Amino acid sequence: MKALVLIAPALLALAGCATVQPWEKGKLARPEMTFGGDKLETRYADHIYTSREASSGGAGVGGGGCGCN
Amino acid sequence: MSARTTRVLRMAVVLAAALEASSASALDKGAAAPAFDLPGKDGTVQLAKYQGKLVYVDFWASWCGPCRQSFPWMNEMQARYGAKGLQVVGVNLDAKTDDARRFLAETPARFTIAFDSAGTTPRAYGIKGMPSSVLIGPDGKVLYEHAGFKEADRAELEQVIKKALGGAQ
Repeated sequence: MKALVLIAPALLALAGCATVQPWEKGKLARPEMTFGGDKLETRYADHIYTSREASSGGAGVGGGGCGCN
Repeated sequence: MSARTTRVLRMAVVLAAALEASSASALDKGAAAPAFDLPGKDGTVQLAKYQGKLVYVDFWASWCGPCRQSFPWMNEMQARYGAKGLQVVGVNLDAKTDDARRFLAETPARFTIAFDSAGTTPRAYGIKGMPSSVLIGPDGKVLYEHAGFKEADRAELEQVIKKALGGAQ
C-alpha cells in the first residue's frame, strides 16, 4: 500500500514527460508559444540578459525552432 | 534506507534509463548511412539510387528559420557541383506535408525533395538539431555531419563538399 502511494505519483509525473525530437518542434516554434508579447522587446531583453548572465537561450525555441543555438 | 525505498528508487532508475534510451544517437563518421525510400516531390526518393554520387542530405522543416536561409545556398551548391557528382537531397520533416508544399511554393528548391512526416529517417540518422545535414560519400558512408545553418557556415560547408569531390576522382 505504502509502495503504491509512492509509485502512483511518480508514474503520473512520468506520464508528463515526453521526449520532443528536434523535428517535432513545429508547434513549439510558433510565435504564440513564447511568453513575450512583442518580438523586438523580447529579443532586446534576451540580449541584455545574455550579456549579464553569460548564458543564452530558454526564451523560446532558438532561431525559429531549430534547437541548434 | 529501508528495503522498500531502495526498491522504489531502483524502479525509478530503470524507468529513467528506459526513457533515455528512446533518444537515438548520432551516426559516426565512416558508418554506413541508413537507407531510405521516401515519397518525393517528383516520385520516390531512394538513397541507394545515388550510390556513386556525393550526397548531401539535409533535414528541414517549414517552421525552421535557418532551414529557409539554407535553401538558396543548397540551390547554389547543386548548380555549382551537380555536374561534378553532387546530389543535394532535402528531407522534409513537417508533420503536415501541405506546410512543406506551401514553403516550397515561396522558397524554390532546385534539388531533390523527399517527405518524411513520420520522422523515421531523422531517427535513424540521430538528428540533434534543425536543420541538420549529412554528407554521404559515393561508397554510402558518412563523411561529415553538421547541425544548424548560419551565414558563416556557408564557406566551411562548401569547402567540405569541394574536398570530398576532389577525393572522389
